[in-house]
Amino acid sequence: MAKNKKEIAESVEWNYSPSLESTAHIHLKKQYDLFIDGKWVKPSSGKYFQTINPANEEVLAEIAYASAEDVDKAVKSARKAYTEVWSVMPASERAKYIFRIARLMQEKARELAVIETLDAGKTIRESRDLDVPLACNHFFYYAGWADKLVYAFPNRTVAPLGVAGQIIPWNFPLLMAAWKIAPALAAGNTVVLKPAETTSLTALKLAEIIEESGLPAGVVNIVTGYGDTGAAIVNHEDIDKIAFTGSTNVGKIIQKAIAGTTKKATLELGGKSANIIFEDAPIDQAVEGIINGIFFNQGHVCCAGSRLYVQESIAAKVIAKLKARMDSLYIGNPLDKNTDIGAINSKEQLETIQKYVKIGLQEGAEMYQPKCKLPEKGFYFPPTLFLDVAQSSVIAQEEIFGPVLTIQTFRTVDEVIQKANNSPFGLAAGVWTDKGSRIFNLTTKLRAGVIWANSYNKFDPTSPFGGYKESGFGREGGVHGLSSYVKLS
Amino acid sequence: MKDKKIRNGNFNLESITHVAVDKVGVEERVARFQTRSIKNEAKLQGLKMVLSMIDLTTLEGKDTPGKVRQMCYKAQHLHEVHAGLPSVAAVCVYPTMVRTAKNALLNSGINVASVSTAFPSGQAPLEIKIRDTKFAVDEGADEIDMVISRGKFLSGEHAYVFDEIATIKDLCGNARLKVILETGELATLDNVRRASDIAIYAGADFIKTSTGKIQPAATMQVTYTMLMAIKDYFDATGKMIGMKPAGGISTSKLALHNLVMVKEVLGNKWLSNEWFRFGASSLANDVLMQIMKSETGVYQSSDYFSID
Repeated sequence: MAKNKKEIAESVEWNYSPSLESTAHIHLKKQYDLFIDGKWVKPSSGKYFQTINPANEEVLAEIAYASAEDVDKAVKSARKAYTEVWSVMPASERAKYIFRIARLMQEKARELAVIETLDAGKTIRESRDLDVPLACNHFFYYAGWADKLVYAFPNRTVAPLGVAGQIIPWNFPLLMAAWKIAPALAAGNTVVLKPAETTSLTALKLAEIIEESGLPAGVVNIVTGYGDTGAAIVNHEDIDKIAFTGSTNVGKIIQKAIAGTTKKATLELGGKSANIIFEDAPIDQAVEGIINGIFFNQGHVCCAGSRLYVQESIAAKVIAKLKARMDSLYIGNPLDKNTDIGAINSKEQLETIQKYVKIGLQEGAEMYQPKCKLPEKGFYFPPTLFLDVAQSSVIAQEEIFGPVLTIQTFRTVDEVIQKANNSPFGLAAGVWTDKGSRIFNLTTKLRAGVIWANSYNKFDPTSPFGGYKESGFGREGGVHGLSSYVKLS
Repeated sequence: MKDKKIRNGNFNLESITHVAVDKVGVEERVARFQTRSIKNEAKLQGLKMVLSMIDLTTLEGKDTPGKVRQMCYKAQHLHEVHAGLPSVAAVCVYPTMVRTAKNALLNSGINVASVSTAFPSGQAPLEIKIRDTKFAVDEGADEIDMVISRGKFLSGEHAYVFDEIATIKDLCGNARLKVILETGELATLDNVRRASDIAIYAGADFIKTSTGKIQPAATMQVTYTMLMAIKDYFDATGKMIGMKPAGGISTSKLALHNLVMVKEVLGNKWLSNEWFRFGASSLANDVLMQIMKSETGVYQSSDYFSID
């Protein structure tokens, strides 16, 4: 055939050149203090801790370690701002400030995305296309509600709660800050927020944005630190509301700590969500949904579809396609625009994942991992799946919070509903079928806060998110998210 | 139906299981290919590959031997000021122009593809389609681009469509058969998938999206759906089928996104003009412009690229 055909046919190895997002445009300080009462304040203890880039273990900055004394200062400033400024300000004025924060975040979207990737190890594609735009949208969405609360809760009198203490996790640092801060401010509350110790940077960049926005001092305070800093917030007497996203264990500790107090709480905790594939499903799209469900953000997603249930008649086909798709994922430097799976957030988390994979192998499950070269420095773990897993396997029961999928097969609809619900958690579920009636049947019977039909991991500020059972209580997002921050009478 | 020849493996029409395709999921997957960042050497290599995969096409009522000869010259001399560029894979013309094109492309290594079977509508009796195809093959066509009977397909006569393709395949001899589904008329991705399976099992060497006469033509969603059919067939039988998106791909960026899709769905193995083609008339010059830009750093005016 064609002469040129042979030339090309022999040289078809076509690989993407590295395409690194630039870091030249970002501004990071060497050391970050606490953001209290609209000012940057040194920690009373004088202590700082390092935050590193999990992709190469290099130090990014030093972060102030807030003590109970600092937390007290922050709560006092939030209380003062609440009483004197924020709760008495016309709601339409509050909305303007929230809109301004949203716009400033949009303007700095690129910088925020790069810093999120550096600090958390997540891929630039995800922080650029998901985390940052969604975080902005939460501020925009709740800004719109600020002066329309009477319409959100018709025939009720709406009042803010007061000072909210908010503790957020390391998997979606900026997004979780937005989820927490935006509805609280819209409803007229003031905030003391603590980011996770491994990922404080974007919350601190948000503090800079808030400073720039001219938000009255003390309305948002950001205190950084470890678990004891969080405990100081939870146990502070003058806090009206605790909003926590994180592990079920810490959720239980918080629940105990606030028992007998008047503090309200919303807890968004762990999950072990079922992703269910029926034999009539659009299989190729379902395979994408499985990949997206478990490997999105390296599996550090509380609603990750970590328990896969495949109808037995198509199991072999789905598994073969799944393995082939896993082979095509790019794992490596999160700053490369073509990377699909980035770095594990921390050494501790990497060890947790390794521990569970070891348990899976001891339990006799068959493991599959694509052959891929992981970077030598930094914390990485290949996408992993376990076949021949039983409902009674530890790896199918406990939250791993990493790129590890367990696969079980099922025969009938009733069987899979029973198995999907047979978990202490109840955060999310996915249902894949071409049959509409089956979707409705399952959505009424699955005990999970979010159920996706023929999709997975879709988020929107207008849509409530939260769990059943040990996955917590209360909802974030939508009007439901506002109701956690208001007193109704 | 049952006594028909089995072209591409053990087949009876009833046994092609319906493969559901979810449009939302396909859109999402396709969007991911479009976020791939193709830079530097990868880009240059990709652009050259695109050139080598083009079926330079003229399919107009006003086509003349003169026009076809000019296009054939362009096919062999894409951009002489730049050394080391490949030539295109083939030229694609109406059956009456095959002889002209063959003569113009003697010893060039470039194939002549002829559309056939009452292109573009396919609304003609089978005898006419048979004669149309025989004529093109006798004139020396290296490749036959046939259209399926979309009316029959949409009225549920899948067996008719299958048989027609199998019949045409028999006439092709050494010519490779590309089967045009005209996806713009099939309306749903479920239909695109079903028509792809029918064409592949009936004997297609290539499946092709469109005639270029109907919009929408080669959207990435449609091409992706067809690539998945090729992949499933390959996984089941080990046989490779080619793919040709045609119509609507006029920019380098879109062409590169298509290559990304082929690479990630089917693998590097399909990245040659033996297995992947672009049916396009204006794509080549945009690719040439990008190649020149990557060398000189500036975009040249379109007047520096010939338009045969």
